[in-house]
Amino acid sequence: MIVKETMKVLSHKELAPAIFELTLQGQLVEEMKQPGQFVHVKTSDGLDPLLRRPISICSFNQHEQSFTMIYRAGGKGTKLLSRKTETETVDVLGPLGNGFPVDAVESGETALLVGGGIGVPPLYQLSQMLVAKGVQVIHVLGFETKSAVFYEREFAALGETYIATVDGSHGTKGFVTDVMKDLADSYKAIYSCGPTPMLKALEAGYSDKPLYLSLEERMGCGVGACFACVCHSGEGSSYKKICSDGPVFRAGEVIL
Amino acid sequence: MSKLSIELPGLSLKNPIIPASGCFGFGREYSQFYDLSKLGAIMIKATTPEPRFGNPTPRVAETDAGMLNAIGLQNPGLKKVISEELTWLSNHDVPIIANIAGSQIEDYVKVAREISQASNVHALELNISCPNVKEGGITFGTDPEVAKKVTKAVKDVSSVPVYVKLSPNVTNIVEMAKAVEAGGADGLTMINTLVGMRLHLKTGKPIIANRTGGLSGPAIKPVALRMIYEVSQQTSLPIIGMGGITNAEDVIEFFYAGASAVAVGTANFVDPFVCPTIIDELPALLDELGFDHISQCTGRSWK
Ligand SMILES: Cc1cc2nc3c(=O)[nH]c(=O)nc-3n(C[C@H](O)[C@H](O)[C@H](O)COP(=O)(O)OP(=O)(O)OC[C@H]3O[C@@H](n4cnc5c(N)ncnc54)[C@H](O)[C@@H]3O)c2cc1C
Ligand SMILES: Cc1cc2nc3c(=O)[nH]c(=O)nc-3n(C[C@H](O)[C@H](O)[C@H](O)COP(=O)(O)O)c2cc1C
Ligand code: FES
Repeated sequence: MIVKETMKVLSHKELAPAIFELTLQGQLVEEMKQPGQFVHVKTSDGLDPLLRRPISICSFNQHEQSFTMIYRAGGKGTKLLSRKTETETVDVLGPLGNGFPVDAVESGETALLVGGGIGVPPLYQLSQMLVAKGVQVIHVLGFETKSAVFYEREFAALGETYIATVDGSHGTKGFVTDVMKDLADSYKAIYSCGPTPMLKALEAGYSDKPLYLSLEERMGCGVGACFACVCHSGEGSSYKKICSDGPVFRAGEVIL
Repeated sequence: MSKLSIELPGLSLKNPIIPASGCFGFGREYSQFYDLSKLGAIMIKATTPEPRFGNPTPRVAETDAGMLNAIGLQNPGLKKVISEELTWLSNHDVPIIANIAGSQIEDYVKVAREISQASNVHALELNISCPNVKEGGITFGTDPEVAKKVTKAVKDVSSVPVYVKLSPNVTNIVEMAKAVEAGGADGLTMINTLVGMRLHLKTGKPIIANRTGGLSGPAIKPVALRMIYEVSQQTSLPIIGMGGITNAEDVIEFFYAGASAVAVGTANFVDPFVCPTIIDELPALLDELGFDHISQCTGRSWK
């Protein structure tokens, strides 16, 4: 069920320049079951900025009724959000969409998780859930530069973790695909979230195994009513809505 | 609830709150949040004879207290709307206002003839004001003679009353209203979106793939109020007002301008519960303002 709730800020901190980790508490968390879903966040109390901001769920904790998101404060709304303090609340609609299928990989098998920049966060909950069921995880995470890297230690605690930076200041120089070409082909499936060029590169080079992609698009409603976020899914007028059919799709299901 | 009931051509409304076309799909998504029979009526997404995919993405861009959209009338087409969407909606006790669109007069006539037969469609809303399609849409809504002609053609085949949705992208809105009144319209709905643009700070190019989009939300409320104020004094047609409504106070302001019911669009995206919330808040607000019935507010600005 989708819930709208005014949630309490439990903690809010800057992990890297302009990258914030926000943990919220409330009953809405009871509805969170899959990794890779997102929430729609109101960043102000008034009419401006008007629209909610879609942000992935990075991790959730049923026991504490809390969840965490990690976001980049880039534009008007996310900058306002970044000023919220621990005495305040945030208006959240969610959980929204369909996330990553944890059951695509069996216990004892290996999964490859590939994230780019601000697409990294939803892979964290996924990795935790895969590890909990006995799956071996390998993480390949791409960032612009060393100072932009976040959650390296958290991912490393769950499994093998490789970092790529575009400028080579940390880990492998280049893109996630530069790390992937040297990895042993032992994994059963690939889960990924990141910028469209990265997803396209994965689709072009790694479609021989089950490949799951989490997509982004500008949204209106976030619940499937306004047709803002559609993408083609084949011939003619067939389509999928990223907000309610996705944001995660199996490669080939939609046209990137 | 009798404080809120409204009678309009073809429509016996429990209350005057109607989700606006294109902002509520065919109701399914919002039925997750509340019982749709709470609403006065529902204006469904524009329906065209054939399925349409619409425009490339990005299709929306935020603006100060508003948004631009260029969806491009994406819809599953007349056949599916009747067999699937209207059938599903018929399980709810709520009248449907079918928003119809097309590229040529024959399209409007075809959709009007067939969709007006559906038992839960109590009125048509003739969308001659969509700014986001190359043919049809707004071209029908900016030339009074063409608007009159398409209104008449639809009236001739429709088995339910016809409301014409006016475009604000004209110099003389009263002239347009009078033209469709002469064409036989039973009512007016206004306003549709205003053509606008946003540019990307880094690329310098339009954010919306279609380049321009229709502006909606609180930013357009003053324009809508002014147009309803002018038109309601110059025609005898009832007006369903819309444009930037987010709360019960806004609804009263639209009634003061001359509206007899209202539609709520963009605000559904911000708060999916906005329509039932407004419906719940209106009676107390009417009490506070000293009205026994909401219809007493209509046209107060000029009466
Ligand atoms: C399913 C999904 C999950 C996401 N998860 C995350 C996440 O975990 N962390 C994170 O930092 N970002 C995430 N994003 C991107 C995030 O939504 C945008 O960065 C954010 O909306 C930008 O808002 P702003 O206030 O900074 O920018 P503004 O420029 O003020 O935004 C203006 C409008 O454009 C929209 N917009 C701008 N950029 C994007 C974008 N890249 N994607 C979608 N809408 C955009 C905004 O939502 C808003 O409606 C996700 C996007 C989607 C669709
Ligand atoms: C995403 C979106 C889609 C819309 N689609 C339609 C449509 O299909 N037909 C139509 O007549 N109006 C459409 N409209 C216009 C609205 O019905 C309404 O006239 C306008 O948005 C002003 O009201 P608001 O400010 O409350 O949104 C659309 C508006 C939006 C924001
Ligand atoms: S954002 Fe409205 S349909 Fe996806």
